Parts: sequence; C-alpha cells; structure tokens
Amino acid sequence: MAKIKSTGAKALLESLRREGVEIIFGYPGGAVIPLYDEIYHCEFLQHVLVRHEQGGGHMAEGYSHATGKVGVCIGTSGPGATNLVTAICDAMMDSIPMVAITGQVRTEVIGKDAFQEADITGITMPITKHNWLVKDVNDLPRVMHEAFHIARSGRPGPVLVDIPVDVFRAVVEYDPDEVENIEISSFKSDFKVHKVQVKRAAELIAQAKQPVLYVGGGAKAAGAEHLVQALAHKTGFPVTTTLHGLGAFPENDPLSLGMLGMHGTAYANLAVEHSDLLIAIGARFDDRVTGKVSSFAQNAKVIHFDIDPGEINKVRRADVSIVGNCAEALEALLPMVDETQDISEWRAQLDAWRTDMPLEFNDGANDGTLHAEWVIREIARLTDRNVVVTTDVGQHQMWAAQHFGMRSPRQFITSGGLGTMGFGLPAAIGASFGVGPDKDVWCISGDGSFQMCIQELIVATIYKLPVKIAILNNTFLGMVRQWQEMFWQKHYSSVDMERAPDFVKVAEAYGMLGLRCESVDDVEATIRKAMETEGPVLMDFRVVKETNVYPMIPSGQTVGDMIVRKPQQVEEPESTCHYQPRDTRMPVVDEVVDVAR
Amino acid sequence: MATAIAAQTHTITVLVDNRPGVLARVSGLFARRGYNIESLTVSITDNPNMSRMTIVVAGDADTLEQITKQLHKLIDVHKVFDYLDTPMLERELVLLKVQSEPERRAEILQLVEIFRGKVVDIAERAMVIEVTGGGDKIDSFEKQMETFGIRELVRTGRIAMMRGSRTV
Repeated sequence: MAKIKSTGAKALLESLRREGVEIIFGYPGGAVIPLYDEIYHCEFLQHVLVRHEQGGGHMAEGYSHATGKVGVCIGTSGPGATNLVTAICDAMMDSIPMVAITGQVRTEVIGKDAFQEADITGITMPITKHNWLVKDVNDLPRVMHEAFHIARSGRPGPVLVDIPVDVFRAVVEYDPDEVENIEISSFKSDFKVHKVQVKRAAELIAQAKQPVLYVGGGAKAAGAEHLVQALAHKTGFPVTTTLHGLGAFPENDPLSLGMLGMHGTAYANLAVEHSDLLIAIGARFDDRVTGKVSSFAQNAKVIHFDIDPGEINKVRRADVSIVGNCAEALEALLPMVDETQDISEWRAQLDAWRTDMPLEFNDGANDGTLHAEWVIREIARLTDRNVVVTTDVGQHQMWAAQHFGMRSPRQFITSGGLGTMGFGLPAAIGASFGVGPDKDVWCISGDGSFQMCIQELIVATIYKLPVKIAILNNTFLGMVRQWQEMFWQKHYSSVDMERAPDFVKVAEAYGMLGLRCESVDDVEATIRKAMETEGPVLMDFRVVKETNVYPMIPSGQTVGDMIVRKPQQVEEPESTCHYQPRDTRMPVVDEVVDVAR
Repeated sequence: MATAIAAQTHTITVLVDNRPGVLARVSGLFARRGYNIESLTVSITDNPNMSRMTIVVAGDADTLEQITKQLHKLIDVHKVFDYLDTPMLERELVLLKVQSEPERRAEILQLVEIFRGKVVDIAERAMVIEVTGGGDKIDSFEKQMETFGIRELVRTGRIAMMRGSRTV
C-alpha cells in the first residue's frame, strides 16, 4: 500500500483498527483532546466514558480477562495517567494484556514541570512489560503495533504509550501496512517447547506415586484447559488450581481438589504437602500458595511449565522445566503418559482427607443467620453457574473462590497478584462489554471494596449492562479484621465500616434497582429478582459481621499450621477498639458520631 | 531461592539498545528485585545503536540465573552474557590522587612502576596516578597508597571481554 498522510491521532486510531480494537475505556483531558477529536469522528470504535481512570483501567482488564483480547484504556497527562497506575500494576501482576494510552504535555515543555505533567513512563517502568514516550510522530504508528505485539505475546501484560499533545496533532506520512510488520529482535516470546524436557517430564510422571497437578492462570491464558483436563483424565491425577487457575478445571470433576494455598481447601493443601510430584502448569509459586517456601511440598519433585523463563527456579527449583506455550507442551506430553498408572492408594488418601476435612459453610438452617458463603453458593446454584463472576479483594473474594464452584475458564475474574480493592465493579463492567448483553456478570463484592470504585455504577446504568452486584456487607474490612482477631488480639484498628452509605439508595441514585437482603429466607428471592430484572442491579446482603475465612494457613507458615475451622474459644478476649471500648462487635452509630464531635 | 551458597561476585555483559531510559530500566530492575550491583559501566560499542553494560553483581548461582532471566525480559536488552566457565579478561582503571610530600615521591614512583601505572599530573604536594588492571591489582595498589594518604580516588568500574576469537 502506498504511503498515507495523517495526523498522529488519526494514525493511532488506524493502528487500533488494524489491531482489531472495538472498544476503549477512557477519560479525556487537555493533552488528549486531539485524540478525542478523532474518536468523535471514529465509526469503528466504541469509547466508554468512565468516571475515574482507575475504573477505565480495570474495565480494560475485565474486558481482556473475559475475551482474551487486549484491553485498551486512555488517560490524559498527569493525574489522568497516574490514576491508571493501579490498574496497570494489577494487569502486570496478573499477566493481563493491556495497552494504556496516555497524553503528555507538549514535547517542548517536557521536563519543565508543566501543568499536568507527570513522568508516566518513568513511573510505570517497573509495572509494564515495556513503555514508550513517543516524541516523534514518525515513530507513533510503529510503536502502536509494537505495543500490541508485546502486550499479547509470550506472557501477556500491560504496556503504556505516552504521547505528547503536539505529536497527536503533527502530521505523519507512512505506510500503514509496512508498520504492521514489526520485528523486535530483542523481544523473544515464542519459546519452542523442548522435546527432551517433555520426555523427562513423562519419565517423572511414570514414577510418581502421589502426584498433584497444580494449575494456574497461565493454563487459561494459553487456552490449555482442555489439555489439562485431558491429562488429568488420562492419568487420573488430582488437580488443584490457584486463584487464577479456577475454571481451568471444572470443580465438579471428582479429580478436582479446588483451590490451594492460604485459603485453599484442606485436602488440596494436604495433597500438595504429601505429594511426590508436583506438576505446575502456568503457575508461579506465589507466596499465598506456598506459605513458607522451604517447607512447601518438601518431598515432591517439580515439573514446571511456564511461558516465562523468569518464573522457572524463581521461587522453587524445578526438576524438569518446560518453557513455552503450555498447550503446545501438554499436547506433546499427552501421548507419552500412561493411562494405566495405578495411584489408587493415593486417591483413597485424598478421598479420606476430603471426607474428614470438607469445606465448611453455614447455610443458616439451624440458627437463621445469613452467611456470605451461603449467598455465594445460592448465586451459583440459581444462576446455574452460567455467568461470569468478578470479585473485589478480601474475605468475599476468598469465599467466592472457595464456594462458587467454577466450571469454565473465563468465568472467574479477580485481582489476584496485586489484590486491588475496587477492581470488581469496573472489571464486571468491562467483562460485560466483552461477553455481551446475553450473559449476566455477577460482581461479588464487599462493603469496603465496593466503595473504592463506586463511581463506575453510572456506566452500568447508562449502557444497561446486565451487571449484578452482590455486596456481602459485614460492615467491616473483613479480612483485616480477621487478621486482627486471629493475630493481633482483636485490636480492631480502623476496620469498622458500619457508617456507610445506604447502598440501596446509592443504587437508586445511580438509576438502578437496589435490593436489601437481611434474612437467610430472602436470599433466593433477592437473587431471583436480580436475575429477572434487566440491566444492572445492586444487592446489599447484610451478612454476619464477624466470621472468618477458613481454612487458613497463616502467612509464611506451613500446612502443619493450617487452621481448618474456628477454634472453640473458652473465653472471648476483651476487645480494645480504641474509640469504643465496650462492644466493638455491634458498634452503635450514634456513639461514633458523639466521639467525632 | 533460599539455598545457602556463599555470595560470590559475577561479571555480566549486557548488550542494550542505545536509547534514553535504558540505564534506568536496567538499574531499576536490579533495585526492585533486590540484586546488588557492585559496579556498572556503560559505553558505546562498534554498533552505534547498541550500548554495552558491564555489571558486577553479588549473589549466588540462583541469583545470577534470575538476574539473567529478568534482564532478558527487558525489551531493550539484546543479549546477556555471564562468563560462567569462560576465560575472560577484566580491566578497571583508577585515578588516584595521593599526598606526595617531596621526600616520599621516590617511594611512590617506585610503587607506580611496580604496578605499571602512570603519573598523569603532579603538584607541589600531590600527584595523580593512573593504574589499570584487574580488580585485585587495583585493590592492592590502593592499599599501598593508603600509607601516603589518598586524597581522592575514582575507579571506572569493571569492563570485561572473552578471551579468544569468540564474541558476546
């Protein structure tokens, strides 16, 4: 194709079109007005006006998570760019392909502390796969394609392109076909699976007596879930998944052990603890999985599949490492494994653990109390699990991971690595744009997390998105409160969220249906009402205030230290909440006001 | 990894794009992952688009492995070479300003001679000496000069190259 003449802004949009981008989440500002002027005239692109750039970033993440495509978000220079930082870091930790586009002040004033100037490439250097400050419009078209290529290739992740306002306006003459053919000699992402290593893996597998498959988000990113399932079914090996691996293996499969780690099932953790072979597929031995590394799966040999060579031997030394796309690797491995391998003794042991230490929950049948776990189980049952689930971060997130029972790979969207409160709502909105209006997206949130990106509610209303928000409201920052209860003598420092807005009224103010559920008897009706209502619905489930997530392996400890259920306490230690010394479990609103005066 | 091998130093050569910000990316990586840099030099190469970094790092074999892998993930990094089991040349240059009272000059000059150094500047009570060599040689020259009184000292940091005809 011949060369064309265009402004930087227009060239940018042309690159988005060629990369197959259909939707972007952004917020305008001085430095990006020229870009927004082009967006105004653009027909192929849907622009979603978010209410805070962080929300836009998380929407791009949710969209990417749900679809596998690259998410795109825009912010202006300075605060617009810095507001994206949390979402970019979140995408980095969870390997989500994302292109963040930021405006920058005019090239001639860069470095002069101009109005709304921030060195965003400097700021995001450690939290992007790569970033660019494009000072010359001639570089812009090529850089845009490089950005998409790097974001989606190899281990996916975020990139950022910072563009000064004058570069958007400058004219570039370029060949749009030519710039698409990028070659970055220093960027290697297509690691070929090493056949010898696969063979060695097959040998270890053949010798294993007590094997466990440990499956992470990488298996989903590679689209290898059916191969994981094939491997498990052929060998009969049990499967445990990480938080991000949830859905890669259906949890109703008898081989599923559920999630492992700090709040994993007791039987998954015991299985790993006693295993003689741990087959890690796209998982990175995160500290929430391993606890104390030196005690983690001490007697196990490790086979590690990962597309990122940097993950091999980072935390745990692998006996066999297979770098590359794990779908490719598993395909090579499958014919080499034997379906007649006898691990019946091991399976019997696992079944015994499963029977002895099942995942516990309270359905309120005996005492009429409303528990968060029960609400999650009811959502799963009533929606037939045929929905996408996003969560925020904290107790509700762990309960969702434990109790929802994921079935399919792109079903569960959560902030795992960074643990970003405020992720759930915008991620649900982004996911909903991705999966379309025919599939409900449930945002399981907490009363703390939900308030962190609450402003994005209006986006759900405007686009009539089928986003169903279930706030599991225990009037506490529950996970911190749990740690304070368990390890800090109940010093409930700054975790009381009793004084909160009326979430039903908030929903109404934002133009959506708000429902409150205070009794275990109303759970089903509330969920059904939400399902029947078109568009977004917000539910405020007033759940039991002080319950803990179990099982729990305290941070940095071992399976031997696992607390399976709440210990029977003989005596409740006196609480020492600093502003309300008498009774911290049931704070009285008026008293809080008095103290404030 | 928590294996308890005594920390050693390793020399690595990193070929990077000659672009603004690359040094920050590399040094930032070392800082945030907690790798210790003992010395770092950057210079141009025969290819004007490339710079060559020589980094001396402290750490065990596992750390070195991680450093190498993490460096490879930086888009600006073309090549990382760690000289493990490879015969190599290492050089460093020092400029050392030493207190030189007229009556002790001869003694200093003798030592400069032994270390095959050069006197590059001289004043009434000080002289500047240039010495090149491996790190150990420079350390021991420094030690010799301490008795006279070192007034100022600057070392370039290590540079390295493979012996033989192979190249990085």
